[in-house]
Amino acid sequence: MTSLPQTGCRTTPVLRERGQREVFCGLTGIIWLHRKMQDAFFLVVGSRTCAHLLQSAAGVMIFAEPRFGTAILEEKDLAGMADANAELDREVARLLERRPDIRQLFLVGSCPSEVIKLDLSRAAERLSAIHGPAVRVLNFSGSGIETTFTEGEDACLASMVPALPKTQEKELLMVGALPDVVEDQALDLLAQIGVGPVRCLPAKRAELDPAIGPNTRYALTQPFLGDTHAALQRRGAQIINAPFPFGAEGTTLWLKAVAAEFGIGPEKVDEVVAAPRARAEKAIAAAASTLKGKRIFFMPDSQLEIPLARFLTRECGMEAIEISTPYLHTDIHGPELDLIAQGPVISEGQDVDLQLDRVRASRPDLTVCGLGLANPLEAEGLATKWAIELVFTPVHFFEQAGDLAGLFARPLRRRAILAAQHPNRMEAAE
Amino acid sequence: MKLAVWTYEGPPHVGAMRVATGMRDLHMVLHAPQGDTYADLLFTMIERRDHRPPVSYTTFQARDLGADTAGLFMQSARDAHERFKPEALLVTASCTAELIQDDPGGLAETMGLPVPVIPLELPSYQRKENFGCDEAFLQLCRALARPMERTARVTCNILGPTALGFRHRDDLQEITGLLSEMGIEVNVAAPMGASPSDIARMGQAHFNVLLYPETSESAARWLERDHGQPFTKTIPIGAIATRAFIEEVRALSGSTLPVDESRLRMPWWAASVDSTYLTGKRVFLFGDGTHVMAAAKVARDEMGFEVCGMGCYNREQARPLRALAKEFGLTALITDDYLEVERAIEEAAPEMILGTQMERHIGKRLGIPCAVISAPVHVQDFPARFSPQMGFEGANVLFDTWVHPLVMGLEEHLLAMFREDFEFHDEAGPSHHGHKAQIRDLGAPVAPAAAAEGGSAPPPAAPPSADNVIWLTCAERELKKIPFFVRGKARRNTEKFASEKGLHEISVDTLYEAKAHYAR
Repeated sequence: MTSLPQTGCRTTPVLRERGQREVFCGLTGIIWLHRKMQDAFFLVVGSRTCAHLLQSAAGVMIFAEPRFGTAILEEKDLAGMADANAELDREVARLLERRPDIRQLFLVGSCPSEVIKLDLSRAAERLSAIHGPAVRVLNFSGSGIETTFTEGEDACLASMVPALPKTQEKELLMVGALPDVVEDQALDLLAQIGVGPVRCLPAKRAELDPAIGPNTRYALTQPFLGDTHAALQRRGAQIINAPFPFGAEGTTLWLKAVAAEFGIGPEKVDEVVAAPRARAEKAIAAAASTLKGKRIFFMPDSQLEIPLARFLTRECGMEAIEISTPYLHTDIHGPELDLIAQGPVISEGQDVDLQLDRVRASRPDLTVCGLGLANPLEAEGLATKWAIELVFTPVHFFEQAGDLAGLFARPLRRRAILAAQHPNRMEAAE
Repeated sequence: MKLAVWTYEGPPHVGAMRVATGMRDLHMVLHAPQGDTYADLLFTMIERRDHRPPVSYTTFQARDLGADTAGLFMQSARDAHERFKPEALLVTASCTAELIQDDPGGLAETMGLPVPVIPLELPSYQRKENFGCDEAFLQLCRALARPMERTARVTCNILGPTALGFRHRDDLQEITGLLSEMGIEVNVAAPMGASPSDIARMGQAHFNVLLYPETSESAARWLERDHGQPFTKTIPIGAIATRAFIEEVRALSGSTLPVDESRLRMPWWAASVDSTYLTGKRVFLFGDGTHVMAAAKVARDEMGFEVCGMGCYNREQARPLRALAKEFGLTALITDDYLEVERAIEEAAPEMILGTQMERHIGKRLGIPCAVISAPVHVQDFPARFSPQMGFEGANVLFDTWVHPLVMGLEEHLLAMFREDFEFHDEAGPSHHGHKAQIRDLGAPVAPAAAAEGGSAPPPAAPPSADNVIWLTCAERELKKIPFFVRGKARRNTEKFASEKGLHEISVDTLYEAKAHYAR
């Protein structure tokens, strides 16, 4: 294993900015959560804008009837709150009648529902009483005034924690919505190492929900689950601090930290991971030949920026210019920051115009940014990687490590292929 | 409260953004929370724009609500002006900011910015995207257009093209060319491509050409009233409408120059014998009112289709659309609920849909071919090639686009003759499309005919109607032998025939009697 840098970035002063943020709101998380939880429906209580966002952020509309929808507030709902509650009850009743397969209903708050102070937690209680126990009704906020992009998943999982059953068992809880294939790989590795029993949050179906208690040990698989982490601590569960399972190194460190908590030594982990780790390193090496020595700039988006910067700088030979995240959770991101050698600017929040000035001044080889900025930057001759692909693609653990590196290498390879006829080749050649 | 799964139109501030993004040297300050910036990607991804939309978002958060969101707005407006140096500023609020009632217009007025500041009132909980386009463009014209002397030569303005419009880029080019052939120069085309100073000189034109009532009818009416500029009423979609449009422009301009029709191929393509199979194909139309009304006429009068249903999602066009539907002997469907549209299409069982991207997906699910004629747009609606809907080239494009999804004439016959062929059967889809044909398993037994849909037997006393007629097993099996693209029509006609004859059951004979009855 590569050694720690002499000085990591944990103590680097953080550049904090506020201004226009070019990010999605938390509602976006619904797009992957509704596929992960197969008996859940996400009902956004919001405006036409919310419905339009979900439709547009899905990129390609998923026309198979989605398990999400928007109860669009209308003029009359704003006038009288009693009416809004009655309307909501009616829409929920209609929805559950049409979808009898739904076992969990999430009422999702939005900017307008929060500004008019529509109390969705009371609505959830009321509706649970009406439709329970067959259907469990929970609520969380995905509003832009409260949440940024992946914080929506955090809010959703945090809302589930108080309702989880109790247990005294010593179990591992793996927290974060992972693609099924990745989750299965992780469970398989943990079983081989001898860690168990293992539960997942979120579970695929309500009846598979984990139980938790003071002997629960949990490991986060996503770096944006701050509120879920706090909610689990309130239930007495204990966190296993580790870098996140991105790349060969991150995955190994994550597994070792988990194993240690279950009294299993690192040699056992090394033995189990030898083959998949070697495969991962080989796959990473293929992409790293493109990435080595290239300079990367992260704009704040998914909160994956810090672990990804660690992976790209340590395993792919890239140089980070600025690593920007919507929120910096020092306790969650600390182990990652320790691994990143000092040098890059660490920033939190965003003033997009000022940040774009820095991008233009430093002319990185690759800029990680949201979809709204990607083509404009490409047109200025700057290669980009859309951040949203990082949360829509299986990227965790060993077998995906090469794909993760490949996501960053592909824009650079494409640019090289098209260099001769790229409309901005003059700038690109600088 | 209304449950929406997919929406045809975005909120009104997105409409205003379409106007601002289409223009030059204009900036918009949008009072909005974090997250509303998603709208940028509509332009940069779907339309592949190489610049960010000229919009600054104030990005207020929950903690600002008790504090100073108004101050945040003023700071954003000041920063935007300083950074982008626009000729004019549009200021407005998104749905959430509307609720906190900061009055961006009033705030901006107190700031004494050295450029015109145009406030927009966009009621997000009542109106939608098209209203936002129409209102933003109207307010820009009202604030900026000055009375001016007419140009010496006859000129016109073109009104309507915006960013993210369905083929607006190419329609504008096609119509500009057509007008130039008629000796008429375009004074200003707006919003697309215009700057605020261009808007200021719109009064120089002799008349206006209104391409999209959805985005600019209010402006056209205001210019008519306040600047004495008449505007064209014909939407030049299809060969017939394009010729009518030319006549209308001649009447407004006095132009007598001939227009060259040699590049118009559509009428011959439709008349040539290869197109005979298009005769009487039942089509269902849905989209924005303007495109649907134009396409319905083209479908009937220039393609020889039978229009079996039409509707639009924008209530603003409900009245003229209802009138046109009546003329076609139909009842218009006015709704923005796509599930309702899906039900209507299922019921009409058309052989083809002319719709939006939503209907394309409905068609995919129901196995009905679909061509796209209207917004809402998708990345595929911005082809690299020149592909207008309007003018003579637009008519050519319509022919190609509408015929492409269909099974071609001779193939249709072969499918009818050899429908049991294991790799060339009707469910394999049109052979010129690239998807993988589904090869039929010859070993599988023929499924016994299911009971008619809605299965339960009607009470004997009930008079037969199309939904309580029972298909006998043999008739159901015979129906399956009819190629899929006419099966829906055959089922419907037979049921209608049976209920008219007072029959409770459909036999093979009933099926063929109905066929003879409806034969043309």
